[in-house]
Amino acid sequence: MKKSNLFLLAALLVVGLMTSMNVIAQDRKGPPENGERKGPPGGGHNPEQTETLSEMKGYKIGDKATDFELKNVDGTLFSLSDIKNAKGYIVVFTCNECPFAKMYEDRLISLHKEYAPKGYSVVAINPNVSATNDRESFEAMQKRAKEKKFPFVYLADTDQKIVPQYGALRTPHVFLLDAQLKVQYIGTIDDNAKNAKDVKVTYIENAIRALENGEKPNPNFTKSIGCPVKFSR
Amino acid sequence: MKLRILIGCLLLVLFSNAQSTAGKKKTSGSSKTIPILNFNSLEPLLHTKSDKIYIVNFWAMWCAPCIKELPVFQEYEKNNPNVEVVLVSLDFPEDIETKLKPFLEKKGITSKVVLLDDPDANSWIDKIYPNWSGAIPFTIIFNAKNRSYHERTFKDIQDLNNEVNNLLKNKEHEKK
Repeated sequence: MKKSNLFLLAALLVVGLMTSMNVIAQDRKGPPENGERKGPPGGGHNPEQTETLSEMKGYKIGDKATDFELKNVDGTLFSLSDIKNAKGYIVVFTCNECPFAKMYEDRLISLHKEYAPKGYSVVAINPNVSATNDRESFEAMQKRAKEKKFPFVYLADTDQKIVPQYGALRTPHVFLLDAQLKVQYIGTIDDNAKNAKDVKVTYIENAIRALENGEKPNPNFTKSIGCPVKFSR
Repeated sequence: MKLRILIGCLLLVLFSNAQSTAGKKKTSGSSKTIPILNFNSLEPLLHTKSDKIYIVNFWAMWCAPCIKELPVFQEYEKNNPNVEVVLVSLDFPEDIETKLKPFLEKKGITSKVVLLDDPDANSWIDKIYPNWSGAIPFTIIFNAKNRSYHERTFKDIQDLNNEVNNLLKNKEHEKK
């Protein structure tokens, strides 16, 4: 009698354990917690995609950028050739509303203050300027530039004539040009959008320093999370 | 003596069982926890060995086109039991309680949500997909065999369904 009782309990215990394990297994949805797969996802067969970098018809490193004539927040038309004795240009596609663009506003200001006297001015272009979105309207740009006291030009890429030529896909997206307008660096400003204090690598400053030393920036291409440029086409 | 130990064990097992069930129920409610991950802890979610189809979407509350397509994923997951959606939010960790949870509740989003907080994006974007520029929305559709990457917005369920079917077609193709 005692023995069979024990047996029953043992059986119950096993069942109990199994169901509890089952619950745990269900909790852990899908992919194994410690997938052996590391690094780039392999086994991608026939990836379907649209509008990626590989299909993007923007500038590549070494391409010569064309100058432009865009309306600045002060109402005047601005071209890169207006900056006399430039050694290079920090062309940055940015906008009013994107949190990532906003997080970099102060850093763009200090970048301009430090490097404009050395020949590298920040040239900010808003590819999302829109007459129908009052947060990205030209008036909103003027307001933002005034609030933040932008020391650099903030240009409206009305009708998105310039952004497809450069191939900026997100805001902020930086293109460092040399004195001959050759594209020397494409990418992000530094390695920490959320916190300027935690920045370890200042990509754009390193790239400028490389140009100053007559070297090629390394890396000359970086990526970051940013808001998508709203292509109206 | 032995019997007592056994009974003790049994109670313990039953108890923990009940607890995890309770915990599970809780996660499907509005007070679900949103784990904060770095790239290394996110990475396992980007692969599967199961028979399911996974749709992993990178998005944020500040991304207007992302918000527009969220209901597409939500609906698609509801209508397809074999599909699991994981929404990878790139919002700020400090906004989870005050903004993200209320946002999801308001939008009626019940899909799994995790928050990716790994500032040096340049170091992990290429590991996810070398042709991804970093702009969002960005979506990966995969099963155990195939995967496809989409740096774009899905217009509607049909659009998403076509891409899932393409993925499955590739699988069939491979079998032949």
